[in-house]
Amino acid sequence: MTQGAIGVETLHMTMTFGAFTALDDCSIHIKPGSFHGLLGENGAGKSTLVKCMMGFYHATSGEMLVDRKEARIDDPKAAHALGLGMVYQHFTLVPSLTVAENLVISREDAPRVIDWRTERAALKVFMMQMPFQVPLDRPVRALAAGEKQKLEILKQLYLGRRFLILDEPTSVLTPDEADEVLGHVRKLCADGAISVLMITHKFREVTAYADEVSVLRRGKLVGSGKVSDLSHTDMAAMMMGDATLAKAAERKGDAGAPILQLQNARAKDRSGLKGIEITDLTVHAGEIVGIAGISGNGQMELMEILTGQRPLEGGTIRVKGAPYSATRQEAQALRVRYLPEEPLQNACAPRMSLAENIAFRSFDGAGFWLSPRKMRDHATDLVAAFKVKTASINSPMQSLSGGNVQRAVLARELSGAVNLLIISNPCFGLDFSAVSEIRARIMTARNSNTAVLLMSEDLDEIMELADRVLVMSEARIAYDAPIAQADIATIGHHMGGHA
Amino acid sequence: MTDQTASNPLATPSPNGFLGTLARRSEAVILPLSALLVGFAAFSIFLSLQGKSPTEFFSLTYRAGFGTAFSWQNTLSRTAPLLFAALCVALPARLGLVVIGGEGAIVLGGVAAGAMGVIFTNSSGLIAVPMMVASAIIFGALWIGSVGALRHYRGVNETIASLLMAYIAIALMNHLVEGPLRDPASLNKPSTAPLAENLRVGDIPGWEVHWGLAFGMLSCVLAWVLIDKTTWGFAARIVGGNMRAAQVQGLPVGRLIVGFTALGGALAGLAGFFEVTAVHGAANASLATGYGYTGILIAFLARHNPLAIIPLAILLAGFEASSGLIQRRMDLPDATTLVLQGFVFISILMSDTLYGRFKIFAPERWRST
Repeated sequence: MTQGAIGVETLHMTMTFGAFTALDDCSIHIKPGSFHGLLGENGAGKSTLVKCMMGFYHATSGEMLVDRKEARIDDPKAAHALGLGMVYQHFTLVPSLTVAENLVISREDAPRVIDWRTERAALKVFMMQMPFQVPLDRPVRALAAGEKQKLEILKQLYLGRRFLILDEPTSVLTPDEADEVLGHVRKLCADGAISVLMITHKFREVTAYADEVSVLRRGKLVGSGKVSDLSHTDMAAMMMGDATLAKAAERKGDAGAPILQLQNARAKDRSGLKGIEITDLTVHAGEIVGIAGISGNGQMELMEILTGQRPLEGGTIRVKGAPYSATRQEAQALRVRYLPEEPLQNACAPRMSLAENIAFRSFDGAGFWLSPRKMRDHATDLVAAFKVKTASINSPMQSLSGGNVQRAVLARELSGAVNLLIISNPCFGLDFSAVSEIRARIMTARNSNTAVLLMSEDLDEIMELADRVLVMSEARIAYDAPIAQADIATIGHHMGGHA
Repeated sequence: MTDQTASNPLATPSPNGFLGTLARRSEAVILPLSALLVGFAAFSIFLSLQGKSPTEFFSLTYRAGFGTAFSWQNTLSRTAPLLFAALCVALPARLGLVVIGGEGAIVLGGVAAGAMGVIFTNSSGLIAVPMMVASAIIFGALWIGSVGALRHYRGVNETIASLLMAYIAIALMNHLVEGPLRDPASLNKPSTAPLAENLRVGDIPGWEVHWGLAFGMLSCVLAWVLIDKTTWGFAARIVGGNMRAAQVQGLPVGRLIVGFTALGGALAGLAGFFEVTAVHGAANASLATGYGYTGILIAFLARHNPLAIIPLAILLAGFEASSGLIQRRMDLPDATTLVLQGFVFISILMSDTLYGRFKIFAPERWRST
């Protein structure tokens, strides 16, 4: 159905939002049939660039060439008409419909009344021509993540797209699935069916699959070239520029007494149909236990069990030997603190002020009456100590940037002595400098004898911080090893559930 | 450019200073007031389309609601139940619950007070009145508190549940006043037996307005203190701000929800008590005249701030007080006031999407210009 790959070129593309320049004179060239990597840290302008290319944004200045002809792309429809398509980080499929139904409804010219017999025949022919297949009659919810991502790519081909933008396509896949999907994409490029621009932050994927790479930093194109000419160090240097990072705090001291103990803890999962079971999980004082795993394998449920949001059906949770059910009194007495993922949604009241949000842990210490002065002083101190950037402590929480929300929540949860810190994806969506600062704070807490349970989808983060690595797969702990003996390949297999 | 603005404090006042605070606070006043005016404007168009004069409508409303001592007295008597009814919406709303069935608690509170008055008809007021108050509070609290409990423990939508329970309450009242509690002497309008004179609540001395107004205003002030100045209120605001965050903080979310809904119900029950003992003298169908529903509008106009409820309840009571005059003088149906309330309510709900849109109210964004 495709008529072959097309090349796309941006010329001096600039995009400003008010006084802020998100994209600054960016010219990149994706040749027909090439697999082009787009690297850059969060906020470097990668999404802005591809959104301009797809017509979601209108660039302030600059032009675009599609297939060597000047193109005006006012909206995504115009981009689609030119053969440009995008695969998003998260799936855009309808889970309850079958693969065939998803493909047909995605067409812009889908008929009002669908003649399924002819459509099905046409889809069969289409599938046969493809280098990889997905079963047409299977409902999408029954597909594994890797298959879903393959289907997203097949959908683009089915729609006749000849240039694909992939936005971190492997972030929800296991390493094995990622290799399979990217292998297929690479083959499609080599066959001249499509050209691909892939947003990623994984150097390994660029080195293994891309032909060329462009690197953005603060909206500017800071380097590009053939992947074969560049080392990981070169790419990292381009991405980071001369930014200095807070150095990860040194690991000091060894693990002490057990703090958190889960024994045969069982609960229902989100769907209510399957169960999560943690047979044995212990976190010691002065130790970071990292739980790796693809999202949706029970991490969210485990967090909810530990925060008292999900009732236990059996088993025990103990903190310092005492039974723990996450009431406010227990959490205060045993000094248990939490840092849930996406803190603005899970740990803050977005419309309340920064000062009020910081007071969540301590407001009821003094009895019945609130003491606004104490709250204000407490907030002022913590904002200074944790370098939270805000116009005012009275600003609503939602007006702060992601990194500053995370700093504020960390400030609240780490104030005073902490015995147990339970964390989920602390650096999701933050830029490099915020990431290293927050990781340093976590390490500092560990060094001062806090027991830390860290759930993260970012394997690099776990490898950097953890003393012990666990893998969660299908709502069970599938792997447990000290960091010194942990091996990425084995972890990857356990994450995928086949080991 | 940054240097210039930094050296010129008038151009970008500090977000912490007086102007910053003023700007942040004024959003919650200016937006609802503008929405109120937009509602009035839409209603004026509606009147003009029928060939009626909006100017005449508003001037008549002013005269009948606020123009004379007598009209003030009429307005303020109607204000009392509206204050309680609005609190019954505003208190749960601070926890993020939209409870619209306060009418049910008013009705049941009134019936309970009426029934207690019959039972204790020969006792001294010192025993009977507290029993009447207590029963009105308890029935109101149970009624709306159970809406909160259904919401938290069984996941039943509180808006639908409270609305349907209001219908059940009205049906219960009809059953009781037409059946077991009916005074055989009440022929046209089935009622409970009239309250003994010593059980009636009188007027505030020198005001010719019954005590319900004073207690309603006092309740508003106390509710404001509870929400703004106490740790319970702060915990409730966390629940309203983000339920998940409140759970992660280990707050007793269930107890807070049941407690605040029950408190709202108790106050609505008190409204029923005052209606029976100060206005009607017996419990009957006059209890269900829509105070509970007007209370919803007032609470939303007040952005669920108990202090703001006081002036807005007076305003809406004025509109209700003037509806009789409007009906006679402008030849408009009784439902016209409801149309006005409808326009204002839609406009208030739409204004909710405007919060945070205007830079003038957000001092933290002043500098970026």
